[in-house]
Amino acid sequence: MKVLMFGWEYPPHVYGGLATANFGISEGLHVQGDIETTLCLPHPFGDEDQRFANIVAMNCVPIAYRDVDYDYVKSRIGNIMNPDLYYELRNHIYADFNYMHVNDLGAMDFAGGYPANLHEEINNYSIIAGVVARTLDYDIIHAHDWLTYPAGLHAKQVSGKPLCIHVHATDFDRSRGQVNPTVYGIEKDGMDNADCIMCVSELTRQTVINQYHQDPRKVFTVHNAVYPLTQEIAEIPRPDHKGKEKLVTFLGRITMQKGPEYFIEAANMVLHRTRNVRFCMAGSGDMMNQMIYLAAERGIADRFHFPGFMRGKEVYECLKASDVYVMPSVSEPFGISPLEAMQCGTPSIISKQSGCAEILNNCIKIDYWDIHALADAIYSICHNESLFDYLSEEGKKEVAQITWEKVGAWIRELYLRTLGW
Amino acid sequence: MKTICLYFEIHQVVHLKRYRFFDIGTDHYYYDDFENERSVSDIAERSYIPALNTLLQMIRDNGNAFKVAFSLSGVGIEQLEMHAPQVLEKLQELNNTGCVEFLAEPYSHGLASLANEESFKLEVKRQAQKIKEYFGQTPKVLRNSSLIYSDDIGLLASQMGFKAMLTEGAKHVLGWKSPHYIYNCALAPKLKLLLRDIKLSDDISLRFNNSEWEGYPLFADTYMDEIAALPDEEQVIGIFMNLSALGIDQPLSSNILEFLKAFPACAKQRGITFSTPSEICMKLKSISSLDVPDTLSWMDEERDVSTWLGNPMQREAFNKLYSVADRVRIARDPRINQDWDYLQASDNFRFMSTKPSRVGMDRGIYDGAFDAFTNYMNILGDFLNRVNSLYPADIDNEELNGLLTTIRNQGEEIEMKEKEVIRLQGKVDKLESEEDKLRLQVEKEVIGKDAPKNPSHNTPAKRTVKKKQKD
Repeated sequence: MKVLMFGWEYPPHVYGGLATANFGISEGLHVQGDIETTLCLPHPFGDEDQRFANIVAMNCVPIAYRDVDYDYVKSRIGNIMNPDLYYELRNHIYADFNYMHVNDLGAMDFAGGYPANLHEEINNYSIIAGVVARTLDYDIIHAHDWLTYPAGLHAKQVSGKPLCIHVHATDFDRSRGQVNPTVYGIEKDGMDNADCIMCVSELTRQTVINQYHQDPRKVFTVHNAVYPLTQEIAEIPRPDHKGKEKLVTFLGRITMQKGPEYFIEAANMVLHRTRNVRFCMAGSGDMMNQMIYLAAERGIADRFHFPGFMRGKEVYECLKASDVYVMPSVSEPFGISPLEAMQCGTPSIISKQSGCAEILNNCIKIDYWDIHALADAIYSICHNESLFDYLSEEGKKEVAQITWEKVGAWIRELYLRTLGW
Repeated sequence: MKTICLYFEIHQVVHLKRYRFFDIGTDHYYYDDFENERSVSDIAERSYIPALNTLLQMIRDNGNAFKVAFSLSGVGIEQLEMHAPQVLEKLQELNNTGCVEFLAEPYSHGLASLANEESFKLEVKRQAQKIKEYFGQTPKVLRNSSLIYSDDIGLLASQMGFKAMLTEGAKHVLGWKSPHYIYNCALAPKLKLLLRDIKLSDDISLRFNNSEWEGYPLFADTYMDEIAALPDEEQVIGIFMNLSALGIDQPLSSNILEFLKAFPACAKQRGITFSTPSEICMKLKSISSLDVPDTLSWMDEERDVSTWLGNPMQREAFNKLYSVADRVRIARDPRINQDWDYLQASDNFRFMSTKPSRVGMDRGIYDGAFDAFTNYMNILGDFLNRVNSLYPADIDNEELNGLLTTIRNQGEEIEMKEKEVIRLQGKVDKLESEEDKLRLQVEKEVIGKDAPKNPSHNTPAKRTVKKKQKD
């Protein structure tokens, strides 16, 4: 079975959770053995892992005819695309796009990531997808998140192949209900025309059914998974805090969706009763200054720290140094980060409003608004060694069972159902 | 001749309220009154009263050929006193028929038997006392909380003077043996053991209303046929369960009470009788001893204590709780003791269980095991603080016990001395009145004589009184 997959980001160039999920899904499908994935990315850097999927660089796909010789193409884009593929794609240009900002190869550039002209980039991506969809041979189309829905739709119209869309988040999660009409429009259009909708949690599935009015029969839950830690990270030692000061960590974008203010209020309650705990809010975001102000206003700034944005190994060092990981998200479609914390042996407290709460048992679940329960849970883990040990050990074991391989098997099953094979 | 020993447990936990860690030190009331009232009156209405009515009717209809045994935990009795006294009245009515036996069990329905012998003994005594107050019976047969039993507990029970204990007919203990005989404790041969028949008991309490079970629907005559079909030598069939199985676990709409009502008639046709545990112990001899080195109970598939002490959190809570057992016993503070009873109830530990269970678990007010643990530990934290602040923590238990004994002895001594003071005071009064009389006589005689003899007696007596008061 051949899958044409549209993605937006891919490791090692990670902007958000989408990259990790996309990589995991590609690997999970690859392990199934009979699935061949072609993954379209707007701006690959050439250092992406090509073992699990053939990557098509959308910024090298010609949409306007340019007569260039082989060596020139090779020297320009040889590191990310085979020149033969370039010529083949060039044979499938379907309209005159010379009025667009095309470069010397007849291709369009992407900034990568999430630039200000995102809507324009989405549109360009969809135009290019038309060329790719006409060139390649595939059985099914799989589009990740709303950025790629138009491209997926375009491919479906061109080829008549079924379209699966993968909902990693909806605008309802990002905005606490105040949706952006343009984004909602793109999402709704994609879902209306999809043959199968995969949601990362039951929570998201319900949003898709209720807010986007989709037929429940074509909406499925496909929970995310997590990668085993690499050797290097697994070897980072866990400091022993028994009888010493404890560290409670929040790690993520400091935005409305993640509920940082609930974390500060709970920290305030804990610090009123006990002093041997420190709090750490790692990450950055539009609410960061507001949160620094709030912590100062509560008079806990001496024990509440903002180390800023962390990447790569730093994240794991921080998780391993923590005694409690807290994710009080107001609405989290899935939330891979608690799984990573649990891999590091850090007990996690997550909100019931997050998708990963559906598959995790060895963590404490609270309502994001219930700061009393949150404070109580933090206090309990810090003061009862048995609870800390249990959550740490059992959490690790539990997360080890959640693999992309199982996710891949389930997606394969959904492909087969959609194709009616 | 076969005989059925029917036994029901009556116990309801005192639900703890939501107690945050910021309440530690400020709030010493731990109970969810609303939930307690709601759950107890609900269970009384849907289960206890209809079930007890049926049992009473069965005894009356069958000319006392039907017999049944109950055990009530002290905490359960307290709950019923408060929220459903009609259940206790109904039990007294049942008791008046003379066909009902009440068994002893630990007052708190707790796990003291696994942690502290002294506490366990005291609890059983208190519960037996309470049973005597209500029903005029002194229990002769012991049943530990959730049928927890091991050789050591058996020995303890025998030392306390019990003739028999009820426990689980667990397969891993019995092996090829049948639960339908009387056994005796390996360490105390005098103590007889009555075993619960797992299959026949669970058929009623666990599966009766399960339409997917191959035995469904279960009728009284097929049930009795099964018992009658057992080999002739197997004489005792122990059917033990919670009373709330009738009505709560198996709803009344499943006609479970009609099923029960048909028991005596069906049994009679097949020559099966009903007996109370003590009757069985009097009539039958033990056929062999039963080795139970590891503790067993009637809970879950494992039939051991893993429901309460299976994970490290439960063990921490348990160890912390019983670390003050001696101190609480010594201190004899009424409020502390009451809280001690309620906190000990094994249900509190069951709520923290992380075992996967086929039977859905009712965790009371809690979301899950971690929630239950957090809440319990907060309460326990406050409780331990109170116990420790009662007497300084650096005095160890023996020393404290010594001091308290001294204080108590001094109290007794003072009491004795006060009695003596009163006696001597009486003597003084008597002497004084005699002196008065003599004076009168002397005054009458008037002439010349004026040296009275008695005052010399009087003063030393007064002196001794003063001396003793100083002591």
